[in-house]
Amino acid sequence: MPSITREEVAHLARLARIELSDDELDHLAPQLDQIITLVGQVSQVAADDIPPTSHALPLTNVMRADENVPCLTPEQALSGAPAAEEQRFRVPRILEED
Amino acid sequence: MSDLTRKTAAELAELMTSGQASSVEITQAHLDRIAAVDGDVHAFLHVDTEGALAQAKAVDGKRAAGEQLSPLAGVPLALKDVLTQEGVPTTAGSKILEGWKPPYDSTVVKRLKAAGIVILGKTNMDEFAMGSSTENSAYGTTHNPWDLNRIPGGSGGGSSAAISAYEAPLAIGTDTGGSIRQPGAFTGTVGVKPTYGGTSRYGLIALASSLDTPGPCARTTLDAALLHEAIAGYDPMDSTSINQPVPAVVEAARNGDVAGLRIGVVKELGGEGYQPGVEARFHEAVELLTKLGAEVVEVSCPHFEYALPAYYLILPSEASSNLAKFDAMRYGLRVGDDGTNSAETVTSLSREAGFGAEVKRRIILGTHALSSGYYDAYYGQAQKVRTLIARDFAKAYEQVDVLVSPATPTTAFAIGDRIDDPIAMYKNDLCTIPSNLAGNAAASFPCGLADEDGLPVGFHVMAPVMRDDLLYTVGAALESALAEQWGGVLMTKAPELEVTR
Repeated sequence: MPSITREEVAHLARLARIELSDDELDHLAPQLDQIITLVGQVSQVAADDIPPTSHALPLTNVMRADENVPCLTPEQALSGAPAAEEQRFRVPRILEED
Repeated sequence: MSDLTRKTAAELAELMTSGQASSVEITQAHLDRIAAVDGDVHAFLHVDTEGALAQAKAVDGKRAAGEQLSPLAGVPLALKDVLTQEGVPTTAGSKILEGWKPPYDSTVVKRLKAAGIVILGKTNMDEFAMGSSTENSAYGTTHNPWDLNRIPGGSGGGSSAAISAYEAPLAIGTDTGGSIRQPGAFTGTVGVKPTYGGTSRYGLIALASSLDTPGPCARTTLDAALLHEAIAGYDPMDSTSINQPVPAVVEAARNGDVAGLRIGVVKELGGEGYQPGVEARFHEAVELLTKLGAEVVEVSCPHFEYALPAYYLILPSEASSNLAKFDAMRYGLRVGDDGTNSAETVTSLSREAGFGAEVKRRIILGTHALSSGYYDAYYGQAQKVRTLIARDFAKAYEQVDVLVSPATPTTAFAIGDRIDDPIAMYKNDLCTIPSNLAGNAAASFPCGLADEDGLPVGFHVMAPVMRDDLLYTVGAALESALAEQWGGVLMTKAPELEVTR
């Protein structure tokens, strides 16, 4: 019994916004199954009373002073855009047609 | 004058200070070397000939005008393609960023420029730093200068290969699970992962934000320390930057005195799965340090065996979230924008076309680990294991000053050997990953060649948080003792590359 099925991988790919081909799914699903078996080893560690660590070092929230500082010009910010129009990012339609 | 590309960064700096060579001459010598050998090595994705010579000329001008210059001013460097440099193509080894020219400098690049260090170009890497061989680069594999049929390590294989091929005396890498240290070990060079937060992540294209650490690559310990000092230190642009003075790394590299230093050999990082030649060189190096006055004991870090599984939950989880920004809207590749497809479809088509297999694997794994119903069992549990690993380190450091192990279980493997076996590939990083999870400083130093294959072996040193200086103490002691035996540093044993131009 695999720990992850082909259908589950297809679902995850949709959630991650990656349009996988059938060939890729065939290839990826068994590999992911192996990897999930490997990473599942973490469950062997008895750690119920252990606090989680999200970061290597203790963190405190950092705020910068609320002051104007130089930033990118609109031309710089748009310089890598796949498409731009009227000094804005042009994007494909975001609503479904009906 | 003897070949400028064979000099160390410290020697080149001295030649410039004494007026025996200019930065333009030194930079041109390295550009010529790149033209001569990079066809075979493929360490570089982009060579910025014009920009490098302009930087070099500017440094020469300042020197002529009697300006006070920093120690590495005028020395050339190779930059891993994961750090932004304004106006210079930056791809992170991915098709999705092909042709992107960042509109700003990363903090590391700002500091390199401020120090007058000349950036020759951008080096090859596994796509978004996911990999241990550069085989996951969208732009072809880098070849190990010691044996062109082998991988140079990864993800920063391009940076380490560049210095190992004498294309640059210095390079910048980034280390998330071993991406500076493992290629350092495989190419007979020095690779240092500073304490997490000791170098700035601003402008580093993020893989796993709680692990990513930029650091120096060089052929000698002193050169690595000089570069470390140039790039390290507090940066208000990075919210996890440590606001403390940079450890005295250059002084440590110059002294290299291990008398009385307590060294712990990690019991769990050896034995089954480790190549005999790797273990032999490692144990000889430990002996040598004992002769130099270090006190060596064996220590146990029982949770290190869970570092690899914990890492392959934490890293993909953070990566899947970080790479969500590649949505084909603001920069990068856009596919399928034909007026009929929705934005969401265009995003999915672009990510399908722009990401390689390993990136897709890890994004999907991370998406799985973060899904509701699995979160506690996977990501939550991995974070607890992270605590246990940090506690193993803390306990060991009550007893010893530094920990040591081989840097990698094996020497460099053949191109193609592990590309379709992700788990074999992941096991490359067994020794290096614990230090990323705990955030401490760690480094690999060359300690000889394995008998089986004549390839370099790396000696791994792990020091407590913000004790990066101790890495250089051990590295310098080992380097000078071994150089005495060999009549030069390990790199002098490297085979000559064929000049193809």
